[in-house]
Amino acid sequence: MQNVENVEELYEDEQKIRFKRRMRLALVYAVVIFFAIFIIIPFYWMVITAFKTETQVFMSPPMLWVNPVEWQWVNFSLALERAPFIRYLANTVLVAILSTAGTIITTILSGFAFARLNFKGRDVLFMILIATMMIPGEIFVVTNFLTITSFGWIEDQTFVEAVLAMTVPFMTSVFFLFFLRQAFKQIPDELYYAAKVDGKTDWQYLWGIMVPVALPTITTITILNAMNTWNAYVWPRLISQREEFQLVSNGLRDAFDDTAGRIMYHEQMAASIIVTVPLIIAFLILKKYIMRGVSRSGIKG
Amino acid sequence: MLEQERNIAAWFYLAPALILLAIFIFYPIFNSFVLVALEDYNYLQQTYDGFTLTGNFRNVLNDPNFGQAMLNTMLITFVSVPVSVIIALLISVWLNAIPIQKIQGFFQTVFFLPYVTNAIAIGMAFAFMFNRRYGLINWFLGLFGIDPINWINMGASYGNAMITLLIYITWLTLAFKIIVFLSGLQGIDKQYYEAARVDSASRARILRRITVPLLSPMIMYITVTSFIGAFKTYTEVIGMFGERLGPPGDPNSMTTIVALVYDALDRSGVPGAMSEAAAAALILFAITLVFTFVNMQVSKKRVHYG
Repeated sequence: MQNVENVEELYEDEQKIRFKRRMRLALVYAVVIFFAIFIIIPFYWMVITAFKTETQVFMSPPMLWVNPVEWQWVNFSLALERAPFIRYLANTVLVAILSTAGTIITTILSGFAFARLNFKGRDVLFMILIATMMIPGEIFVVTNFLTITSFGWIEDQTFVEAVLAMTVPFMTSVFFLFFLRQAFKQIPDELYYAAKVDGKTDWQYLWGIMVPVALPTITTITILNAMNTWNAYVWPRLISQREEFQLVSNGLRDAFDDTAGRIMYHEQMAASIIVTVPLIIAFLILKKYIMRGVSRSGIKG
Repeated sequence: MLEQERNIAAWFYLAPALILLAIFIFYPIFNSFVLVALEDYNYLQQTYDGFTLTGNFRNVLNDPNFGQAMLNTMLITFVSVPVSVIIALLISVWLNAIPIQKIQGFFQTVFFLPYVTNAIAIGMAFAFMFNRRYGLINWFLGLFGIDPINWINMGASYGNAMITLLIYITWLTLAFKIIVFLSGLQGIDKQYYEAARVDSASRARILRRITVPLLSPMIMYITVTSFIGAFKTYTEVIGMFGERLGPPGDPNSMTTIVALVYDALDRSGVPGAMSEAAAAALILFAITLVFTFVNMQVSKKRVHYG
């Protein structure tokens, strides 16, 4: 008898626990969904505004939904006419490609030296480089502007000079060097000795073995660096002497400032979508690499 | 294994990076100290009127916007950093508690989206959301019978504009923190939680006694980098308010320390402007250093390095 009671009690307990667990899970979902909505709303508002007519934009209370049949796709072409956005996009892509290519090459070479070679002052030099990561970029901006000026890249600026000024200072990065060195260090030494036995030079070993093995990390660096260019605002604004040399962020901000009177929000949001969507698509495709890069940067090396 | 030194080869591999770093990182550090020591330096004519120890720093302190910039930067730092760290921590813990991988992955993507958005583009979307007459926020508040609030339009109060900016900065900076916390959570050994379950410890207790201590190196890292990031707030203000750095009719009310650097750079032709920019940047650096140091001291006592 006693036994049976116990079993029933246990059964009841189990049900209670299961119920509690379900409630807890429901609560978890509720909170996560609440915050997810908080994150999504600005995107939603951007998209829905971009599809409104001018009258719909300036309605109070605001329209929360627009029938897809009535979506004003024309806003996108209006936004593109408002400023030379195609040109800005082309500039941005060019600058991103050049500065990323430069960064990849310089960090691969120096990452190899720090990870694989033994040389005088290696550890001291590495510590000094790491220490510079603490210094805010504004310290560099002031003097770099003077340096770029003394290179003659500001006065009577040509497009090539503008591109040089936007890319050359960013063709290396201590952070990415550090990041790549960590990846290189994880490659077993045995591979190096084996390559040496096969008569391979350092150069051949670096490009034939290390770089392919570290390709995921190099991909991550490529994406993060391209993202930086995409979002760059201050430096291109400072050094580009002509409007048509600017990058997307500058064009976006300048074309829709409200000094000219009422802001055409529907066009502004359409332009914002044009600038935002390429990054989001890249993120969805390359999510794995971006997240890894970011979370790695949070782990002590 | 110690290998033979390969000095020449090493410097060959290092050269491209080191040359660039020498010109664009090391020289600027050195030159900043030169610039702040020059009086009325004019870079176009390469002239200056003499040397000064504190003159350029005094110029920054006497800048009509300096007090405002200091106040705003501190407000942004000490409100947005703790708030976003705590929210990000809670979201990560809850996100990690979702048992179905696909659903967890979907929400991860949602929470990471702000990380890949352009601060200018989404700042403008926020500005329109908070528009007094046509915005989403006042419509929503209206559902609860709250009268329209003038957040950022002509005549908006300092407090309202600052709250809007803080909400935007918090929104924008959550993603990075969630990514780091989630990867940290996923690295915690499940055994700890199983042991806690055997002891039937409460959820809150598990969070306080297991999750937070084991995550403390990440929390520390995030706090330090967020402080440094918040001191450097600038493009967020541009995104929301434009180059005016404040609501219409109230320019520079949302200015920051970094804005002082760029304001000075914009006047680059004026004698002394470059030195003032360098001085403002050095002040920013000094503040960053002090807070990093304080953070490190605190962390020595609190952080648990497993």
